Amino acid sequence: MNIPEDRQYTREHEWILVDDGIATIGVTDFAQSELGDIVFIELPDVGDVMSADDTVATIEAVKTVADLFTPFPGKVVEVNERLAEDPDLVNRDPYGEGWIVRIEVDGEGEVGDLLEAAEYNSLVEEEGAD
Amino acid sequence: MSYIPHREEDRRRMLDAIGVGGIDDLMEEVPEELRFCDELPLGRALSQQELIEEIDRAAARCAGSTVDAFLGGGIYDHYTPSLAEATMARPEFYSAYTPYQAEVSQGTLQAMFEFQSLLCDLTAMPLANASLYDGATALVEALWMAVSEGKGRTSVVVPRTLNPRYRAVLHSHVAGRMTLDEVDVDGRGRIDEAALAAALSDDTAAVVVQNPNYFGHLEDVRAVSEAAHGAGALLIHVFEPVSLALLEPPGAAGADIAVGEGRALGSPINFGGPLIGLFTCAERFLRKMPGRLSGLTEDQDEKRAFTLTLQTREQHIRRGKATSNICTNQQLLSLGALVHLASLGPEGFRRAALLTQERALRLRDALGAAGAEFPFPETPFFREFVVRIPEPLVAALLEERIVPGISLEGDYPEYGSCRLVAVTEKRSLESIDRFAVTAGRFMEKRTGGRHADSAPL
Amino acid sequence: MPIPLLFEIARGRSADHLPATERPEEEIARSIPGKFRREGPLPIPEVAELDLARHVERLAKRNHYIEKDIYPLGSCTMKYNPKVHEKVAADGRIAALHPLLPEKHVQGALGLLVELEESLTAITGMDGFTLQPAAGAHGEFTAMKMIDAFYRKKGERRIKVITPDSAHGTNPASVRRVGFEAVEVKSNERGELSIRRLEEVADESTAALMLTLPNTLGLFETQLSRIMEIMHGVGAQVYLDGANMNALLGLIRPGDVGFDVMHCNVHKTFATPHGGGGPGAGPVGVKEHLLPFLPSPRPERREGGFRWGGASLDSIGPVHSFWGNFGVLLKAYAYIRHLGAAGLVEVQRHAVLNANYLRKRIEKEYPVPYERRAMHEFVSSALRFRSAGVHGADIGKRLLDFGFYAPTIAFPLIVKEALMIEPTETESLETIDRFADALLEIAREIAEEPETVRSAPHTTAIRRVNESLASRKPVLRWTGAAPPRWTSPPLVV
Repeated sequence: MNIPEDRQYTREHEWILVDDGIATIGVTDFAQSELGDIVFIELPDVGDVMSADDTVATIEAVKTVADLFTPFPGKVVEVNERLAEDPDLVNRDPYGEGWIVRIEVDGEGEVGDLLEAAEYNSLVEEEGAD
Repeated sequence: MSYIPHREEDRRRMLDAIGVGGIDDLMEEVPEELRFCDELPLGRALSQQELIEEIDRAAARCAGSTVDAFLGGGIYDHYTPSLAEATMARPEFYSAYTPYQAEVSQGTLQAMFEFQSLLCDLTAMPLANASLYDGATALVEALWMAVSEGKGRTSVVVPRTLNPRYRAVLHSHVAGRMTLDEVDVDGRGRIDEAALAAALSDDTAAVVVQNPNYFGHLEDVRAVSEAAHGAGALLIHVFEPVSLALLEPPGAAGADIAVGEGRALGSPINFGGPLIGLFTCAERFLRKMPGRLSGLTEDQDEKRAFTLTLQTREQHIRRGKATSNICTNQQLLSLGALVHLASLGPEGFRRAALLTQERALRLRDALGAAGAEFPFPETPFFREFVVRIPEPLVAALLEERIVPGISLEGDYPEYGSCRLVAVTEKRSLESIDRFAVTAGRFMEKRTGGRHADSAPL
Repeated sequence: MPIPLLFEIARGRSADHLPATERPEEEIARSIPGKFRREGPLPIPEVAELDLARHVERLAKRNHYIEKDIYPLGSCTMKYNPKVHEKVAADGRIAALHPLLPEKHVQGALGLLVELEESLTAITGMDGFTLQPAAGAHGEFTAMKMIDAFYRKKGERRIKVITPDSAHGTNPASVRRVGFEAVEVKSNERGELSIRRLEEVADESTAALMLTLPNTLGLFETQLSRIMEIMHGVGAQVYLDGANMNALLGLIRPGDVGFDVMHCNVHKTFATPHGGGGPGAGPVGVKEHLLPFLPSPRPERREGGFRWGGASLDSIGPVHSFWGNFGVLLKAYAYIRHLGAAGLVEVQRHAVLNANYLRKRIEKEYPVPYERRAMHEFVSSALRFRSAGVHGADIGKRLLDFGFYAPTIAFPLIVKEALMIEPTETESLETIDRFADALLEIAREIAEEPETVRSAPHTTAIRRVNESLASRKPVLRWTGAAPPRWTSPPLVV
């Protein structure tokens, strides 16, 4: 399972890449393979203000739905418009072109309680085992 | 032991394989104290022959099928092609389940897709689902969708010209969850447009209009639509499919959501159920609409195929967050509707509506000639109209085995002695004339014995 | 080969069905003001009757149905639908009845409704029923609405309803529709509702617990009495989701063991057809304290006959345009009358026998995660085949090649790769053996030639259907403008 070390992760199988106060959020390779073919992504509007743990997007596969949460408060500054036409991008390139939203993190950009790649790797191994 | 095929030796073999002595041993996990130890207090079992005889006796106690019933109120007795009936009687359709395994359910799925297509065409609406329980609950779903899309708007304008049964069902389903603002009937038996304008506010999510309305009258749907849209609300149009042979379709008149009762297309009345709720809407509700949908796709060899689709809206996936709790469509009835429409074709479908209207006009005119009074004499109608029929005349008509429509007494006290009379192409010219002649005779007796100041009918 | 669409065979003349009008058609049409009239031709295909009959025939051939072979969908109780039901329900004297005819004209039909209510009351031990709900989920909603009205009347504010994680998705969805909050409680390691967790969650703000019995794993809730104590102890109602009532007939009467309210699915337990997805019916039964809240109106006995009763002031009102799915309910009535008390008990016993026998035959290959006695259905897991790249869904598809339908796949959610299997009592030993043999053969294939299973089905007229494409690019109606490869399908079956 591909788990890049340049970013952080959540227990909900999301990845977060923070750059200059802007956090890009997507789902992991493990998440996309568990979901199967992704068919639709409901995106927020740019400018929406989110609290920590709010649902920022909804990811629909054929017979599953998963919510994408933001781990911290902030304002949506960009959404991946290409997903409207091509939700499959999340399956094909979850860490790259399949990114989902960008959020301007409130305050000092404190992003506590995120997992490093190694920690997330052991989480995936646990879940994959049962 | 009806319908249980097991022989004693089969049971023995099965129990041996399981490794228990008797069937009772299989119930070992059911605590003794919970078990029911008596015999269920039901009557003696009937053989199939006795069962047929028993239902036959019940049927014989239903004189309703031998009278001429001029009843409508949402349920209309229209002609149905024999092929529709024959189709619904096939086990390939009636004993199948929801088409989860698309590869062996293409018959049901293609019929669903064809039904959706035909319903869209007939209503001029972009989207249709594969049907809901009945017209009233389809309207409930329409209200839910409108309010959930209403960006915080929580009230819906419901006119008193809407079928009172639908209003009651709305009330029992959504009371306390949204506000229903009632708008009164005007002097012509239609939505009071001034009252409608006054009822609209920035909390109005939708306006409901039924056309033809409960009285059979044609509403000015476009005017209602403009009023609704002007206030930023949606228009929910309650239609009746047979009338659409002659009337402007909901999509052309500005409906955002259009729902109706579709049973008259192909299915028997059955004492009011099963019915079939028709549900159509604008394109933008694609992922918000309730109910089953069949979608076009292909199989792995790229051959055309159909499958249940957009299932993530539904309860079995989204559970508490689903767009609705609905888990069924009235598939067998929608199949009947499909075959009904295709059998009649455009000409036959239009003729059914024209014959209906011709006979309704015939009865209305004959009653008028007999001296009957109409509270809404000038209002255009389809199939159904309101006429004053005093109780003694009702009794006289029942004597003649004519059921003269539905009393408005309970639902519209202001039209207390009036009845809602429906005529379809299935009411014979003979029964229509008998209705009018009986009324005429009654009228003569009344005026003959009194002076000219006596009340008209 | 694809079957041509109705719209593609619309090239014949429709048959004549109706007489001509007496007056010219245009004259009749003019009774409707021009601005309200439809313009242009009606968008309905014109098909010759024989062509249409053949279309129906082609569609029929593409369906699986009970008469063809076993339909082992867990939780759906796909038993045989007796032909005598179809015969009696088609009686024109009943099928033609308008629901608003005077009572004296419909005494037979009213009587059937009253007697069905009484029969359901006798079978379940409840105190009264409404026959109005059109389906199981509609019954759930109706019941929750009554519970809401009950507490409002008492002046108690109760906001949440507990549903187990093994519950049908309709349960939380129905709860939400009434405005309650659905609170999920996890099952324990025995596959039962966890008493400990229930005790944590149940409190004075709880309106009800919704329980399926046997639960969706096919297991009896052995702590039922304790569950009742907990819920009634906080003054809440206990609701039975009657989807699995087939396993209780004559064994347990829900009304006797503490349930306050329940629904039955007549299209499961009482052998009425599913119709390809409907119509069914979902009568709701209640104990005495909830009787005043039942939907109105209710049919009742009176001196020498039957009538519509007056509305109770506390009634939640009607939930259907008329009296419910009468044509369906009539078949349930016929079933109960035909089987009688002894017959219904045998239904229960043989449903359990068949499920346990089938389980025994396949459990080595398809292990059942909870090592307990199943009732009328059981849930196997196909998890062990994942290493061969085979999922439960693939096994379901491969069963289609054998001429069978698939079990319920991927439900309940608490079992990974769930195969939920319910043979029902109307299947014979021979049929169950054939079905078990097919499952064992598929297990062998997975070991030796997994690709055969992964790429199934192979013998159906349409092969594995692309559901992702359908969801990504939804096409929900025919517009005539089809993608190129679909524009002119060959006119053969």
